[in-house]
Amino acid sequence: MLKGLVHSFESLGTLDGPGVRCVVFLQGCPLRCIYCHNPDTWDKSKGMAMSAQEVLERVTRYRAYFGNNGGITVSGGEPLLQAEFVTEIFARCQEEGIHTVLDTSGHGVQKESLTPLLEKTDMVLLDLKMTTEQDYIQNTGGSLKKVMDFLDELEQREIPVWIRQVVVPGVTDSQENLIRLAQLLAGKKSVQKVEFLPFRKLCQEKYEQMEIPFPLGRTPEATESFCREYANRFYEIFSAEQK
Amino acid sequence: MDHKNWMGFVGESWKNSIDVRSFIQENYTPYDGDENFLSGPTERTRKLLAEFEELLRQEQEKGGVLDVDTEHVSSLTNYRPAYLNKELELIVGYQTEKPLTRGVNPFGGIRMARSACEAYGYQLSDKVEQEFLYRTTHNDGVFRVYSDEMRKARKSGVITGLPDAYGRGRIIGDYRRVALYGIDRLIEEKKRDKAEIAMGIMDTDTIRQSEELFQQIAFLQKLKEMAAMYGYDISEPAANAREAVQWLYFGYLGAIKEQNGAAMSLGRVSTFLDIYFTRDIQLGLLDETGAQELVDDFVMKLRAARHLRTVEYNELFGGDPMWITESIGGIGENGNPLVTKSSFRFLHTLYNLGAAPEPNLTVLWSEKLPEAFKRYCARVSIETDAIQYENDDVMRPIYGDDYAIACCVSAMKIGKQMQFFGARCNLPKLLLLALNGGRDQMTGLQLGPQMEPYAGDILDFEAVCGRWQIYLEWLCKLYVNTMNVIHYMHDKYAYEKTQMALHDTNVERFMAFGVAGLSVLTDSLSAIRYAKVKVVRDENGLIENFDTVGEFPKYGNDDDRVDQIGKKVLEDVYAQLKRNPTYRGAIHTLSVLTITSNVVYGKKTGATPDGRKKGQPFAPGANPMHNREHNGALASLNSVAKMPYDVCRDGISNTFSITPSTLGKTLEQQENNLVSILDGYFVQKAHHINVNVLNKEKLLDAYENPQKYPNLTIRVSGYAVHFHRLSKEQQREVISRTFHQAM
Repeated sequence: MLKGLVHSFESLGTLDGPGVRCVVFLQGCPLRCIYCHNPDTWDKSKGMAMSAQEVLERVTRYRAYFGNNGGITVSGGEPLLQAEFVTEIFARCQEEGIHTVLDTSGHGVQKESLTPLLEKTDMVLLDLKMTTEQDYIQNTGGSLKKVMDFLDELEQREIPVWIRQVVVPGVTDSQENLIRLAQLLAGKKSVQKVEFLPFRKLCQEKYEQMEIPFPLGRTPEATESFCREYANRFYEIFSAEQK
Repeated sequence: MDHKNWMGFVGESWKNSIDVRSFIQENYTPYDGDENFLSGPTERTRKLLAEFEELLRQEQEKGGVLDVDTEHVSSLTNYRPAYLNKELELIVGYQTEKPLTRGVNPFGGIRMARSACEAYGYQLSDKVEQEFLYRTTHNDGVFRVYSDEMRKARKSGVITGLPDAYGRGRIIGDYRRVALYGIDRLIEEKKRDKAEIAMGIMDTDTIRQSEELFQQIAFLQKLKEMAAMYGYDISEPAANAREAVQWLYFGYLGAIKEQNGAAMSLGRVSTFLDIYFTRDIQLGLLDETGAQELVDDFVMKLRAARHLRTVEYNELFGGDPMWITESIGGIGENGNPLVTKSSFRFLHTLYNLGAAPEPNLTVLWSEKLPEAFKRYCARVSIETDAIQYENDDVMRPIYGDDYAIACCVSAMKIGKQMQFFGARCNLPKLLLLALNGGRDQMTGLQLGPQMEPYAGDILDFEAVCGRWQIYLEWLCKLYVNTMNVIHYMHDKYAYEKTQMALHDTNVERFMAFGVAGLSVLTDSLSAIRYAKVKVVRDENGLIENFDTVGEFPKYGNDDDRVDQIGKKVLEDVYAQLKRNPTYRGAIHTLSVLTITSNVVYGKKTGATPDGRKKGQPFAPGANPMHNREHNGALASLNSVAKMPYDVCRDGISNTFSITPSTLGKTLEQQENNLVSILDGYFVQKAHHINVNVLNKEKLLDAYENPQKYPNLTIRVSGYAVHFHRLSKEQQREVISRTFHQAM
C-alpha cells in the first residue's frame, strides 16, 4: 500500500479553513521561502511513514468536533509533492463525508497527478506568497506563473479558494503589493476570501535547533492590527477593480 | 389542595405532594431565541453595585477578610438584620450583622474556629469559647474514634482534605420549595412523616431519623423567624416574582448561616424562577428590566456569601470559594430543552455585574440545547472565563431532569439525594508506598501492609501492578472506614437541619470518594511499561527517585496505550471501594477532581517515574500533565473523554485553557468553534470542562501586577476564582498549565 510521509498532526485547527479542522502536515517542500515557519518540514527524506488509512483513522478521532463546516486540512511542507497520497486520503475522507481542504503553494506536482487530486478536493487554501515573478523567485525559489496556472485550474473546476499571503514587513506590506494582488485576482470567481497572515518569529527556535540561519532574523514581526487594516485596504482596491 | 398564590399555575400533582419537578414541567416556558431581549443594569443596580464593590475593595485591602464577628455563633436567628442599602435592595438578607462580615461556626470544630479567627488577627470571644467548653463538636467526635492508622494516613497525605474539622457541604437544599409551598406546608409534611415513622418499628435507623425530623421542623420554624426579622412572613407560598426570589434566597441564607460546608450549592433555580417572572410579566406586574433587576440583586447577594476559613483550608480550596453552584439549561426527560429566558438572565449577570467566580454558573450541556443558547454560552465563556460545562446527556439518564451539581461536578437529584463528601486520596503517593513496602520515604511513617521494598533496579510492570493492587485494597478499606467515622459524627454533631428539611424525608445517600494525581500515576505506569525506569535509593534503601530512559506514551495525546491504563486505574479503585460497606448504606461514588489541592498533594509526594520531580504539583482533576500534550487540544480532550463516567459518577473534572486566537480569528468564529468543540467533547461521553479563553501573558502580568486585575476571573478545577485570591504558589501552578496555542 502507498505510504506517505507525515510531519505531524494538529488536532485543533481553527485557522486553516472553515470551522474546526484536523490539520495534517506532510513532510517535504520544494520551496525555500525566506520567512518559512516550518523549516523542519523541508527535508523530503524525514517524517513518519503512514498509509492513507492510518491518517484517516487519526482524523476520524476528531470527527465529533467538526460540526457542520469543519473537516480535514492537509498542509505541509507542500502536500502536492505527495499528490497521490493526498488523493487517497481525500477520497477516503469524502467517502466518510469529511470536508477536504488542501493548503498549498501550487508547486511540486504534474498535471496528471493533480487532476485526480482536485476531483477529491472540496476547497483550497492557496498561498500566493509574492506578487511579482522576480520577488517570487528571489524569496521562495518558486514561480508565480505556476501559482497562477494552478489558480486557473481551480477556476475551471469551480473549486472554492481562499487566497493567503504572509505580510512580511518590507517585503509584502506595500500598497503596490496590494494593487498587484488585486489585479492578479481580478475576475476570479472561485476566490471566496483573501487572508493576510502576519509574519511571526515563533519559528526562530526551530532554525536554531536545526543550526541553519533564519534569513529574516532581523525583520520585525507584522502585527494583527496592521494585517486587518491591510486587508481592509485590499478589499477597497479589489472591489474597485471588479467594477 | 390549592392556594391563592398559585393562581395561573397549572397541574395538580405538585399541589398534592412536594414535587417541584412536576411544577416546572407543567408550567415553564421554553425559549429558543437569542440574547437580544436582555436588559442592562438599571440605575438602581449600578448604585447598589458601586456600594458593594467598595466593600469588596476594602475586603481585599484588609487581606481578604473584611471583618469577623467573634461574639456570636453563626445560626439563623442570632444576628440582627443587615442591609447594604435598605432603600435600594430588592432582595434582602446577609449572614451576619454587616455585609461581608464573617460569622464564626464552631460546630465543625472549636479549634478550627479559633485558629481561623487568629489567622486574620481576631480572637474568638470568651462568650463563644464558654459556650463550646462542654459541647462536643464534629471534630471532637471524629478524633475520639480515629484509629492510629487513620491518623497516619491523614498525616502523611495519602488521604487528606477530609471534612473532619469543617462542614462537609455538598448538600443542596431544595430552596425552591420555600417559594413554591411556604414554610407551613413544609412543616406539615415533615410532621406527617414523623408520625408515620412512629407507627413502624423503632430501631437505630428510625429513631435517628425521627430525631432528625424533629430538628428539621425546628429549623423550618427558625427560618420563618429569620425571615420575620427582615419583615417577611414566609409561611405561605410566594405570591409574585420578587417574593419567589426572596423566599428562595431566605432558604439558602438559612443554610449558610447554619452550615459552613465546603460547597454550599444553590441547585437549579433559574428555570423555576422563570415561571414566576413569566407570570408577573403576563399580568403586567413586571417587565424585562424588572426581571433582570431581581436576578442581578439576587446574584449580588450570592456574591456576598462568606465563610471563615483556616490557612490550611485555603491551601486545599484556594480563592475563598463557596461553590454556590447554579445549574443552568439541560434537557427534559421528554426531550424538550429546559432553557428559558431566565437561563440567559443568570448568565447575563456576568455582564451587568461584571465577571466573578460566584455563583458558580454551570451549563448542563446537551447536543439538543437550542443553538442560540449554545452560542451565547460560548460568547460568555470567551468574554468572562466564568462558566463551566457538564454533560447533561450522560447525567440525565441517571439523575433525571431535575438534578443539580453540588460543588464542581457532583450531580444529585434535588431534594431527593445527598452526598457524604470525602475529599480524595493521593494515587501517586500510593504507588510510592507500594514500591517502598508501605514506608513513606518523605516522612518515614510505616503505612499499610509491611513488605520488603521493591528489590530490582529496573521496575517491572507486572511486579509493580501486583504491589499496587495489594496497597490499593488496603487503602480503599481504610478510606471507606475513615469516611464512615466522619459522616457518622457529622450526622451526630453537625447535622444539616435546614438543608435536610428541604429534602424528602427518605433520601438516597452517596458516599463520594475521590482521587488526585490521575495523570501522574497513569504516565508513571506507562513509563514503567514502555520505557526503562531505573530506581534510585536513599541511604535507608528506600526508593527516592527514578531514572527514566526512553520514550513512553503520555496521557493527553489520544493514545490508547496509555489512556487505557488511566481508565483501568479508575475501574480498579472503584471496584476496591465498593467492597467495603458504607455508613447508612450510602452508594459509593468516585470523582477525579482536585480543587486546588493538586498543589499540596504534589508537595507531599516524592519524585515519580513519569519524570515529575519531588514536590512538584500534580495536574488538576483529570487533566493531562501540563506540556505533555503534543497533538493539540482535541487530542487532549479525547484522552480525558475516555475516562469512564460510569465508575466516576461523582464527576471527572477537566480544566481547559486556550488562547483566543487559537479558537478563531473573529469573535463569531470563536463562538462557533467553541460550540463545535463542546459538542464534539460531550458527544464522546466526556463529563465536565472548565473553559478559559485567555493568553498566558495576561496571567503573568496579573501575577506581577495584581492591582491591575481586580476582577480577573479564571476557572481552576470545577469552580472559578478571582486570580488574585489564589496564593502565589497556586497562581504559578495555574500559569504553568498547558495553554493550547496555534503555532
